[in-house]
Amino acid sequence: MEYLSIVFQEVYKILFLLVPVLVSVAMIVWLDRRVWAFVQKRQGPNVVGPFGLLQSLADALKYIFKEIIIPSSSNKVIFILAPIVTMTLALIAWAVIPFSATQVLADINVGILYLFAVSSLGVYGIIMGGWASNSKYPFLGAIRSAAQMVSYEVSIGVIIINVLLCVGSLNLNDIVIAQQNMWFVIPLFPMFVIFFISALAETNRPPFDLPEAEAELVAGYQTEYSGMMYAMFWLGEYANILLMCAMGAILFLGGWMSPIDVYPFTLVPGAIWLILKILLLFILFALVKAIVPRYRYDQLMRLGWKVFLPLSLIWVVLTASYLFYFNLLPVN
Amino acid sequence: MIAHAIFFYTFSIIAVVSAIMVTASKNTVHSVFFLILDFISISCLFIMIGAEFLGMIMLIVYVGAVAVLFLFVVMMLNVAQQKNQWFAGQATSKHIPVGLIISTLIFFEIIIVIGGWKYKPEIFDINNSLANISVSNTHALGQILYTDYIHVFQISGMILLVAMVGAIVLTFRQRSGLKRQSYIKQISRERTEGVEVLEVQSNKGVKIDD
Repeated sequence: MEYLSIVFQEVYKILFLLVPVLVSVAMIVWLDRRVWAFVQKRQGPNVVGPFGLLQSLADALKYIFKEIIIPSSSNKVIFILAPIVTMTLALIAWAVIPFSATQVLADINVGILYLFAVSSLGVYGIIMGGWASNSKYPFLGAIRSAAQMVSYEVSIGVIIINVLLCVGSLNLNDIVIAQQNMWFVIPLFPMFVIFFISALAETNRPPFDLPEAEAELVAGYQTEYSGMMYAMFWLGEYANILLMCAMGAILFLGGWMSPIDVYPFTLVPGAIWLILKILLLFILFALVKAIVPRYRYDQLMRLGWKVFLPLSLIWVVLTASYLFYFNLLPVN
Repeated sequence: MIAHAIFFYTFSIIAVVSAIMVTASKNTVHSVFFLILDFISISCLFIMIGAEFLGMIMLIVYVGAVAVLFLFVVMMLNVAQQKNQWFAGQATSKHIPVGLIISTLIFFEIIIVIGGWKYKPEIFDINNSLANISVSNTHALGQILYTDYIHVFQISGMILLVAMVGAIVLTFRQRSGLKRQSYIKQISRERTEGVEVLEVQSNKGVKIDD
């Protein structure tokens, strides 16, 4: 019976985390389209519900009632698994995100490594989808996407090392608490910029949305998907984007910490601050989508390997030497 | 403890079954997917015995990078060759003795290591090298790797770097007749040098390339 009660408690906690995440994914899609529209002097979705807030729910309803078509020459098991993998990986990463000093589902010692590992697994959903479709466009899209995500992961990893040098712990809560005096965005600003751009590439967002590139690849790895399976890819993608924003907020913007450590601000619960920071980063994502034209593929690879990787490596050396020279290394 | 045992047996059964499926499955891409499943369940086992750092590194390095490259190579292979005919053809039978020898060797090595560890634990000096339990194992690993074994650690890093550079040098070939794009040239192009307004005479036309 004790096991059962523990299991029920955990399930309750997980639902309490996942349901808000899923709802906010739906809302964030609306926000994305809205920001995109405003930049281009359009209205965007504004019909369903107040300000069009329920647009995503209407879309989801439409997807549920559409027929799921499985191509006859596809590899059926993997074809069905691919969107499930994408969705699951996008959701399990939220387990380690701290919403305040105590509100975290799993406060593990290697939290940041877990986040990094899960985001690096994200490429499998796309490869599986692209290969299993057994069609040219999805396959090309999947291969592009795999190369792109693997290359930008490298620079994200090196950027994480920069932050870890200043923190001295892999625990996400420790990373947040280490920013009590100064957010890492100030001393590590160039790394924040590179992280932001790499996050765009890692989540296949414009201007790096070459895997989907509707003009040349007819939506890439998603071409053969329809109905709810397509919607799952799409939800997983946005959940991943939110996750990347959360990662940026935790690594550079002080996570659940309030911006100023004075009385009225500290009353606001940490979760609200984290959500506000995630929203800020997401609006930046949406603005970039509206403003910047798509990269050419060779430019993308060049940016990842020849610009970001050396820059972030040099910055690791700089940070390490600075910390060592001024005896600031976090030793415990 | 029961929950622990349930998780342990689930992960290890998945690991063993998927390891068998890697060799047994007909489709090579399926083999790689089973290999990935194997890596994931083994990293779960690592996490269960408390080696969380090792488990995560396993996920990042093997599943996140190495297996992706495997998949790349396997997917690029000719589709006609994709059926795994390793056990079907007559020509492959001469590989079987070699495989048998290697696997027996590995099997005996494992027996020796595990047996020695079980019955003569003082030989391996495991208890002394175990760091303070209160330190998390990421710290413990760092404290050993960057103090006592710093030179070995650095040398192994250098060897990997040399291997990487070597692989690039070996496969690199200078192709002639390739049009290279210079980004600086492309960006710094002005309108005045790119656009030219011509007086076109009727019935003469314009010759564009010179």
